[in-house]
Amino acid sequence: MKFGVVVFPGSNCDQDTINVLRNVYGYETLALWHKDTDLHGCDFIFIPGGFSYGDYLRCGAVARFSPIMESIIAFAKNGGYVMGICNGFQVLCEAHLLPGVLLRNDSQKFICKNIFLKPATNNTILTQNIPMDSVLKIPIAHAEGRYFADEATINALEKNNQILFRYCNEDGTVNAVANPNGAINNIAGICNEGRNVFGMMPHPERAAEIHLGNTDGRLIFDSILNNILQTS
Amino acid sequence: MPNFASSNFKSVENLETALKLGLIAEEYEKIKEILGREPNFTELSIFSVMWSEHCSYKNSIIWLKKLPKKGSRILAEAGEENAGLVDIGDGLACAFKIESHNHPSAIEPYQGAATGVGGINRDIFTMGARPIASLNSLRFGNLDLDKTKWLVRGVAKGIGDYGNSFGVPTVAGEVYFDDCYNVNPLVNAMSIGIVEKGKTVSATSQGLGNPVFIVGSATGKDGIHGAAFASKDISEDSAKDLPSVQVGDPFQEKLLLEATLEAIQTGAIVGMQDMGAAGITCSTSEMSAKSGAGMKIWLDKVPMRQANMKPFEILLSESQERMLVVVEKGREAEVEKVFEKWDLHCDLIAEVTDGGMLEYYMHDELVASVPAECLVLGGGAPVYERETKVPSYFAEINKFSLADISENQDLKKAALALAAEPNIASKRWIYEQYDSMVQTNTTNTNAPADAAVIRIKGTNKALAAKVDCNPYYVFADPFKGTAIAVSEAARNVVCSGGEPVAITNCLNFGNPYNPEVYYQFSESIMGMREACLRFDTPVTGGNVSFYNQSADGGAVMPTPSIGMLGILDNIDLKTTLSFQKEGDQIYLIGSSKNDIASSQYLIKYLGVKYSPAPEFNLDEEYHMHQSIKKIISSGLTNSVHDVSDGGLFITLLESAIQNKLGFSIRTKEGIRKDAFLFGEAQSRAVISISKDKVNALENILQTCNQAFEYLGEVTQGKILIDGADFLNIEDLSSPYLNSIGDKMEHQN
Repeated sequence: MKFGVVVFPGSNCDQDTINVLRNVYGYETLALWHKDTDLHGCDFIFIPGGFSYGDYLRCGAVARFSPIMESIIAFAKNGGYVMGICNGFQVLCEAHLLPGVLLRNDSQKFICKNIFLKPATNNTILTQNIPMDSVLKIPIAHAEGRYFADEATINALEKNNQILFRYCNEDGTVNAVANPNGAINNIAGICNEGRNVFGMMPHPERAAEIHLGNTDGRLIFDSILNNILQTS
Repeated sequence: MPNFASSNFKSVENLETALKLGLIAEEYEKIKEILGREPNFTELSIFSVMWSEHCSYKNSIIWLKKLPKKGSRILAEAGEENAGLVDIGDGLACAFKIESHNHPSAIEPYQGAATGVGGINRDIFTMGARPIASLNSLRFGNLDLDKTKWLVRGVAKGIGDYGNSFGVPTVAGEVYFDDCYNVNPLVNAMSIGIVEKGKTVSATSQGLGNPVFIVGSATGKDGIHGAAFASKDISEDSAKDLPSVQVGDPFQEKLLLEATLEAIQTGAIVGMQDMGAAGITCSTSEMSAKSGAGMKIWLDKVPMRQANMKPFEILLSESQERMLVVVEKGREAEVEKVFEKWDLHCDLIAEVTDGGMLEYYMHDELVASVPAECLVLGGGAPVYERETKVPSYFAEINKFSLADISENQDLKKAALALAAEPNIASKRWIYEQYDSMVQTNTTNTNAPADAAVIRIKGTNKALAAKVDCNPYYVFADPFKGTAIAVSEAARNVVCSGGEPVAITNCLNFGNPYNPEVYYQFSESIMGMREACLRFDTPVTGGNVSFYNQSADGGAVMPTPSIGMLGILDNIDLKTTLSFQKEGDQIYLIGSSKNDIASSQYLIKYLGVKYSPAPEFNLDEEYHMHQSIKKIISSGLTNSVHDVSDGGLFITLLESAIQNKLGFSIRTKEGIRKDAFLFGEAQSRAVISISKDKVNALENILQTCNQAFEYLGEVTQGKILIDGADFLNIEDLSSPYLNSIGDKMEHQN
């Protein structure tokens, strides 16, 4: 089992993601440089948070054209596992590996704080081991996290159980107050139809160590590992 | 006379030009003496920026030298490098520094604040240290004014956009609002970095013939004369100085950070300095002066953003995200390869010479020739001691008598008003715009503490850091107020489980030529000196910002921001400020006093502007820190929180709010109720512990000979005083959490 974490110029959660996979879980984890095309046999690719290429255009809009993304797109189309967190989610949408876009938060401000999430499906490796009634405390840190897609796309996502998580209150209620950025249907993360490409705005890698006072993010990593190790 | 090309030395500059550039007559004479001739315009420009207050510290250095700077942990003393360097054990060192960006932020809050963050972080990574945390200290005017809201919005977004993209968490800060800052806000940014001991890079040039590279962004016309601009009074006319403000690019800075740290790994770098105030002029002269070498610089080889830049523009440009790098001759390719990997400019622009002269060329023509040593602080830069005079407003302060303030106050009304007072209320509208968690070392997200506690990966250690300065206390008594600022910062570190180690300071004052301002400045330094000696926290550097005043409103309150660094040798000592459970017992460490002087209650609620600083005794303070350390290391406490702005009541509220708890307390006989609840007498902290540990705690306190008072217990949410219902936590959380946001979203 080998993980890869992409490093774009401007990525800044790459080391945090590597830290969790390598030091918390003990798996071999490689940093994949944006100018390369070789995925070095990684079984699961993370696209981390940050500001790829400065994100001065639309978030993720430049990163999708990088050499490494060509290989990742081919890898994903071949059924390989790819997960984007925050900026990584934006990159995957721009690369059309996931439907929809991430718009500017409805508050028009960058927001960094703990929010609450609940799984919307158990039918993915990411959420399979997370009980449907659990409420996860996971931080967000983004200015463009308002998930948006046209009505047909949203309906298809809902129908196919492609919604991974929704923003909720501490007690699990999904409502407008619990929605930190104005995302449609409180969507915090989705997967593709093939259920091998995942994107979420919240940062589970920031909630995976006891010294940070929050290990809820481990539920997500645990679920991935349990199910991948079973299938591989 | 150097061999100037005639075309570049046609103008013999006169005194009038020197004055226009901000120099004074005696400085002009000194320049002629140094050069042995009349300077040309380019040279005069060089002197004007290097001898500006901002670069030369000419009006402050005499006093700064009185500050303690030695200590067993100190690896780089104040003034030796771009930032102070402290040994934190485990083979690691910590570089940290605070700096102001007040004047640019007054004119263009977004870019002013953003480049403030960028500049201070470059000071850290130019030494080879990776920045791991940012802090800031902000002062704004009255939050009911639209102009203040514009400044707050711009500064918060500027700090956020820059730090968030750069990937360094903003972990702590402080914000005050007062009319005195209406025209001239204060924006002080602090950065902390970690480096392996012995692997730092020095800001020096060495080795005859060594090549000198400029790396990072191209040079444009932004920020020219920024240093001189920062050395003038701010006025409504200052908007005309807009081209003096620099523009930041955090993406370039992120690339520069990674490339710089990677280039250092090659071992081919002799010295490095970032370009901040006075740009190429400052980095070439300071690096040369440090080694005693000279430098031959070809200005036309500097990558430029626009055509036809004049020599003085290239020299003075304060374009951001640039570094000057001296490389070992013959190893250029190793360094160039790293910068190419990160797609950054890396251009040879100079070489190290002997003799100590800086010779600037443009297309092979000599355009300026100046001895490096004469330009810099500690070298030839002028040094002045200004006149002092006891401020006339002290007479008003001396008239204050507690007896004149009626004890008969509506305490509930006061409590609600204070919870909503912008100086006290939660600053979350601001800090939620900062990424406070990137790099995953921030332990405060889920366990707030008096200081930011940042774990150091790969060790069992953490750093504790805090910025503090209550300007009302310093205004009332510059000596005592500054000693309190140091004490409060140290107390915050101690209450979060750490050991105070060293400070950096950002001294924001008015015009030094005003004797009353200079009195505040000199007294403040002496107060800082006394407190730093007591806590054994040497001053590792920082920055002086004079001229913080407006033509209409006089000087701002004296605001010496103290950035304190502390260490937790064991991260498990980290202590939260939040109450943990109902029934826990609450104690006050220290003593209640009949004192409301300079409290937010007196100033903001009762509207009394002039009163002395609150009660404070440095020995009592130090003793109390030792007691808190013993209590924390005994593992007895569930929370520790120091008593500061808003007094005991606000301290209890802040401890209660995270877990939606309340408190039932009893007041103390002989102490006025308002002083008990809202007074800001120093050297106090509130702790909570489980009922079964009460005896153990009291034993420790008695052994320490520490004054303490039993206050009461944690409740499910009710707030009771002397057994009577007072308020509920819900009544206070909304004003406390939302008052700043409500004001910001409300347009006049």
